[in-house]
Amino acid sequence: MGKLLLERLLTLVLKLFGMAVILFVVTQVLPADPAAVAAGTDARPEQIEKIRQELGLDRPFHEQFITYISGLGRGDLGKSLLTRRAVSDDLKLRFPATLELAILSGVVIVILGVGLGIIAAINAGNALDWLIRAFVVIGMAIPPFVLALVLQLVFAKWLDLFPLEGRLHTLMAPPPFRTGLYTVDSLLAGQWDIFWSSLRHLALPVAALALGRLAVGARFTRSGMLETLNQPYVRTARAKGLREGPVVLRHAFRNALIPVVTMLGIQIGFLLSGVVLVEVVFTWPGLGRYAVDSVLSFDFYAVIGAALVIAVIFVVSNTIVDLLYAQLDPRISHQ
Amino acid sequence: MLAGILLLLPFLLFALLPTVFATHDPIKTSIRELYTPPSAEHFFGTDELGRDVYSRVVHGARISLASASLIIGIACVIGVVLGTIAGYWGGWSDRLIMTLVDLVLAFPSLILALAVSAALGPGLRSAIIAAAAVWWPVYARLLRGITLQLAEMEFVTAARAMGASAPAIILRHILPNAVYAIIVRISIDLGLAVLLLASLSFIGLGASAPTPEWGAMVAWGRLYFLTEWWIGGFPALAITLIVVAITMVGDGLNELRTIR
Repeated sequence: MGKLLLERLLTLVLKLFGMAVILFVVTQVLPADPAAVAAGTDARPEQIEKIRQELGLDRPFHEQFITYISGLGRGDLGKSLLTRRAVSDDLKLRFPATLELAILSGVVIVILGVGLGIIAAINAGNALDWLIRAFVVIGMAIPPFVLALVLQLVFAKWLDLFPLEGRLHTLMAPPPFRTGLYTVDSLLAGQWDIFWSSLRHLALPVAALALGRLAVGARFTRSGMLETLNQPYVRTARAKGLREGPVVLRHAFRNALIPVVTMLGIQIGFLLSGVVLVEVVFTWPGLGRYAVDSVLSFDFYAVIGAALVIAVIFVVSNTIVDLLYAQLDPRISHQ
Repeated sequence: MLAGILLLLPFLLFALLPTVFATHDPIKTSIRELYTPPSAEHFFGTDELGRDVYSRVVHGARISLASASLIIGIACVIGVVLGTIAGYWGGWSDRLIMTLVDLVLAFPSLILALAVSAALGPGLRSAIIAAAAVWWPVYARLLRGITLQLAEMEFVTAARAMGASAPAIILRHILPNAVYAIIVRISIDLGLAVLLLASLSFIGLGASAPTPEWGAMVAWGRLYFLTEWWIGGFPALAITLIVVAITMVGDGLNELRTIR
């Protein structure tokens, strides 16, 4: 396990380096002149030239690249062209908002997706199974931004059950900063009203993000369970006179989980793509909206920074899934 | 699969003959008919500029399906070429190509597409190129696997023994055997491509102002969604239904393959 962990960590670092290179090269071909963007709309040519020098944009490509990459090692992601603030500072503020959304969605996806999948598998062929499968087809096809809008319309506007947008009630101050996750921080500070408000604000975005992925999760769990439930060793367990509960949960479930875990890794990618869209709809102050705002204003260091951080979340969580997979299936670490 | 085809049929008809099915000009504005709810005259109502939402959805089918086909077409050609090269020759070309494949696939697709289309400047064309740029690795990986498998087969060894050149072997023996797998993959990916394109447009990186592109229509409709829901609602429904339809057809094709 230790060797595997070290190996995965090394690949992770190399991969992130490669990804930074790709992003930097891609954004270098921007048609818009970053210096002109930074100077504002009615800047004179000499002002633009001065800013170009200030930002180091007049230097040759490879020098800029080396500066950027070596900065990256120190956690410096360059400066935003619009606000002149360090991109890493901006991202630090927004990271917890996205993380809170993503983690909660992940938990919902795993619990409900696997749960529904098991229920569907046990009831294979009857009405409940059919109902869950119909839900799965619909859940998979609705784009996250459409679902987000529909949830807003139904649960915020018509039924008025949940707040329309944002992370917290407008009259509330965020809880004292510890982790940046409002739910955790408010609990640590014992502020129940803030905890409740942030939870209510999370409900719709999490639902919009989780539904589609949860449907895929349920689908995979169902087919995985159906496959293992028909295996000879499960039949043996039943023949020994074990009750259905232990047979399903202890014998079949563990092996059925293996394809589910593989699928989870891919789902995290979809989840993080969805985060961008859902954050835009719910004006959620996270990385996704930051990326979109920066893209629309050609703020290229900000674009690279935000994309890179989201990519880091993806790669790291995939590495965790990988290790989990090895834990679950002993054959893998022996290879 | 039959249900999927039936569901897809109207969209195909819209895409082929938009002028027959549209009742109005999709980009003609009308100041006297702003925000009118759905009616017999305007099936899906009118938008903030008085344009007929139904006609815009009809015309959007062509944009959506054509763009998605282009995305997958470009991705498929690049992926097939690089994937067969990597699988057939192996060595450093394999290592180089697969490293690139791994790196691109290490991004959540929308995130990299966002950066690429931002770099190319907003517009439908950039969005299509960006989507293809994040998609080709899927086909490269698929083709590499198939090529590796087929290259071991006896009929390929036989062809090589008879002195057939590498391009001839690839064109005559490997690719024909990969066609079905590629078609199945395309049928699954088309729906996702519609989705990715709509997402990019929704963010503001795809089609621009008057173009009746569904994602862009939802993005504009979002501003009025809580009151005039039909402006964004119908294009949103169109996206969802077309993805359902394509997915059902793709699943059906996939099952046919496993039966075979």
